[in-house]
Amino acid sequence: MTTGTIELTAADFRSGTSPDWCPGCGDFGVLNSLQRACAELGLQPHQILTVSGIGCSSNLPGYINSYGMHTLHGRSLAFATGAKMANHELTVIATGGDGDGYGIGGNHLAHTSRRNVDLTYIVMNNQIYGLTTGQISPTSRLDMKTKSTPFGNVETPINPITSAIMNGATYVARAYSGDIRHTTAMIKGAIEHKGFSLVDIFSPCVTFNDDNSHDFFKSRVSKLEEQGHDSSDWKAACEKAMEWGDTINIGLFFQGHGIASLDAREPVLKDGPMSSRPLKITEDQTKKLLGRMM
Amino acid sequence: MAAGKFDFALAIGGEAGQGIATPGNIMARLFIRRGLHLNAYNAYQSIVRGGHIFLTIRVGEEPVYSHGDKLDLLVCLNQDTMDRHLRLMGDNTRVIFNGDTITPGDAAKGVGLCPLPVSELSGSRNRLVQNTVAVGATSALMGLDFETLEESLKARFQRQGQAVVDENVGVARAGYDYAVKNFEAFGGSLPENPHALAQWAGNEAIAMGAAAAGVKFYAAYPMSPSTGVLHWFAQNARDLGIMVRQVEDEIAAANMIIGAAQTGTRAMTATAGGGFALMTEAVGAASMMEIPVVMVNVQRAGPSTGVPTKTEQGDLWQMLGASQGDFPRFIVAPKSALDAFNTMAELFNLTDKYQAPGLVLSDLLISEGTFSVDPDNLNMNPVIDRGALITEDAEQNGYMRYKDTETGISPRAVPGTKGFVHVVATDEHDENSSLLSDEFTNPHKRRKMVEKRARKFENIEKAIEAPVLEGPVDAEVTIVGWGSTEGVIREAIATLKERGVTANQIAVKWMVPLHGEAITNVVNKAKRTIVVENNFSGQFYRYLRSETGLTINNHIRKYDGEPFMPHHIADGVQEILAGKVDTYVPYQEVNV
Repeated sequence: MTTGTIELTAADFRSGTSPDWCPGCGDFGVLNSLQRACAELGLQPHQILTVSGIGCSSNLPGYINSYGMHTLHGRSLAFATGAKMANHELTVIATGGDGDGYGIGGNHLAHTSRRNVDLTYIVMNNQIYGLTTGQISPTSRLDMKTKSTPFGNVETPINPITSAIMNGATYVARAYSGDIRHTTAMIKGAIEHKGFSLVDIFSPCVTFNDDNSHDFFKSRVSKLEEQGHDSSDWKAACEKAMEWGDTINIGLFFQGHGIASLDAREPVLKDGPMSSRPLKITEDQTKKLLGRMM
Repeated sequence: MAAGKFDFALAIGGEAGQGIATPGNIMARLFIRRGLHLNAYNAYQSIVRGGHIFLTIRVGEEPVYSHGDKLDLLVCLNQDTMDRHLRLMGDNTRVIFNGDTITPGDAAKGVGLCPLPVSELSGSRNRLVQNTVAVGATSALMGLDFETLEESLKARFQRQGQAVVDENVGVARAGYDYAVKNFEAFGGSLPENPHALAQWAGNEAIAMGAAAAGVKFYAAYPMSPSTGVLHWFAQNARDLGIMVRQVEDEIAAANMIIGAAQTGTRAMTATAGGGFALMTEAVGAASMMEIPVVMVNVQRAGPSTGVPTKTEQGDLWQMLGASQGDFPRFIVAPKSALDAFNTMAELFNLTDKYQAPGLVLSDLLISEGTFSVDPDNLNMNPVIDRGALITEDAEQNGYMRYKDTETGISPRAVPGTKGFVHVVATDEHDENSSLLSDEFTNPHKRRKMVEKRARKFENIEKAIEAPVLEGPVDAEVTIVGWGSTEGVIREAIATLKERGVTANQIAVKWMVPLHGEAITNVVNKAKRTIVVENNFSGQFYRYLRSETGLTINNHIRKYDGEPFMPHHIADGVQEILAGKVDTYVPYQEVNV
């Protein structure tokens, strides 16, 4: 199509299917923010591929007007990496929950981070397993009582921000889904960033997590942008990420500049995306292959 | 050389780290350049230094389909090799060894012991030099002129500099001359065919077949005996323009190729049984989302870690049952390296056309064996059929990714294409991709979608060539084999013929779809049927029985980690015909 690009609004990124999330679920704010970010960045639905795992939040690709893959529990980053490296012209956005990303998918997160794959990964972190009706997640606090920890959680939660920074992610941000303007800004920055971006978004589960409610976050979140934080300083970023109490920091913790993403480092992509390459092997290539076998 | 066509087996034994590969490669290259056919099997262990490595190279004027039954020449690089294998050597054989360090045991009549005074001949303390001395002596005994050997050594060591070339040529000459003077050669000169051949391992054949089929994305996690596929792709990625990724685990590899395939890129992974166990969830995902991918399982002896460097046909049921749910898949077990090469293009076309996962069941024998191949037989430009793939933009048109069509096949648009925006999902979904799993479960729609996917495989066996009976129709015995046993059964049938027993073979390659009717027709006409498998429980037979209702009471099974030799099968057939056993388990004479 050579017609001029029509400017789209957030509404154009609605899929026509209504989310099946509980009323008041934090994920609505994330979906709205993502739709706004896509519109404000001037993206077209067919250029975007959203890839999710399994869980309440992983239903998101069905609610946004873009290409989507609703895949397996914990594996969204593997699917997303495959799609991105096969067609790096796509804007690939992975979405899911904290159990999906930091629990069962933790291994992929570590390796996608170090590879610096040019993906945006949005984790809707509600610190609980919601779809399975309320068990601890890797981000549930110590002592938290759930159906799987009726006498209190004895495990320390993971810190996704410091983990991602240590593993080599080059854009690491946190947001609270009740603040759509800020969440939109974090997602926009992530999509624009060339490299692996993690946006951990507090997205309260209003049904199974009374501890980490909207009120809990509203009274605690503090934006790094208002604190004069230098996001190029990874040590300062880690210190900010370790603060957890009456104040919980949100915003852009860390952004590494000038670190090549995987597609930029991969020489075979110099001739364009794999998905549009001719499939036939040439005579010269054949001659070389056979020569090595003689 | 003995009367009749030249058919010779050379074995080299030593420990890991002693450089067995080098003399093996030198000799193999010499043979194929002379147009001789080659079938090499390397018995090794999961160890980097030490242990016992035993490379058997069978070479013939005519095609050789297994590593054979006998050894003509044994090269011992250490005492252990001598101790283990001297007893295998019979009349008119030779045993080459370093006389300075290795003591032969009692040899049978007709075994020519050929001790080489290696330190005297080499004047060097480099332990690896004894290998080149042995290559020189081997060439002399086999009747190869030294100039040809010299040329080959130069090519082999050129990259390491002139000094290394000179040293190797020098000690090879010393070994050669010493052998000519002191040992009795086999007689005659090493034959030569006019047309030079090439050589490859099965893993290379699989990778090359996939590359010819247009695979542009390969992801894997290293695992013996499948790693050769990764090595081939890594080596050739930049020349051929193939995205190759070594990833964190097999789960990532399997799911990554599905992500890649969704963009319209032909994508593949390979692993061994243990890695495939981790990939199984992805098999179902590919099926449910209807994204074509190819996954290769190179079987090794299981269960669990099992024997990583040994072969088995023990993963059929794993492949049949891989992933939860009830869905169509292709499973193919190639019969040889060349067959594997040719199968890849066919399988990619089938997976694209039917939008279903394609699984390849190879094994260590095929994948890590080295075989001669006539380069003229390699079609590097096979037919490529992408099926109903949409890559051109269109106006909004009410596209439904999972449209319920007559054939069950729904045209597949790839992300990036304007006018076809849709979601694919591992949840059950309606024609328009909306989920039937959560809020809107609907038994009628669910039934429709199950039937849509299943319909793709109605009469699918007609899309693929059925197995045919090879050999005399009225034979006394019909042997049913599958996958990699095709070659060794073919040679066992020749052995049986010499022994006065007529046999034929039906070699089954496609597990799914299984050509049950074709196999039943053969078995029903057979005078006697025997199933041969490289496993304990008869996985293929039990599957065949479940699909066809055929009952077959005679079996030859081997599950000691080593592949069949032709006489194992021939002996088994005769024992069964004599009524001594119903199921024959051969004894593995070569202790490796």
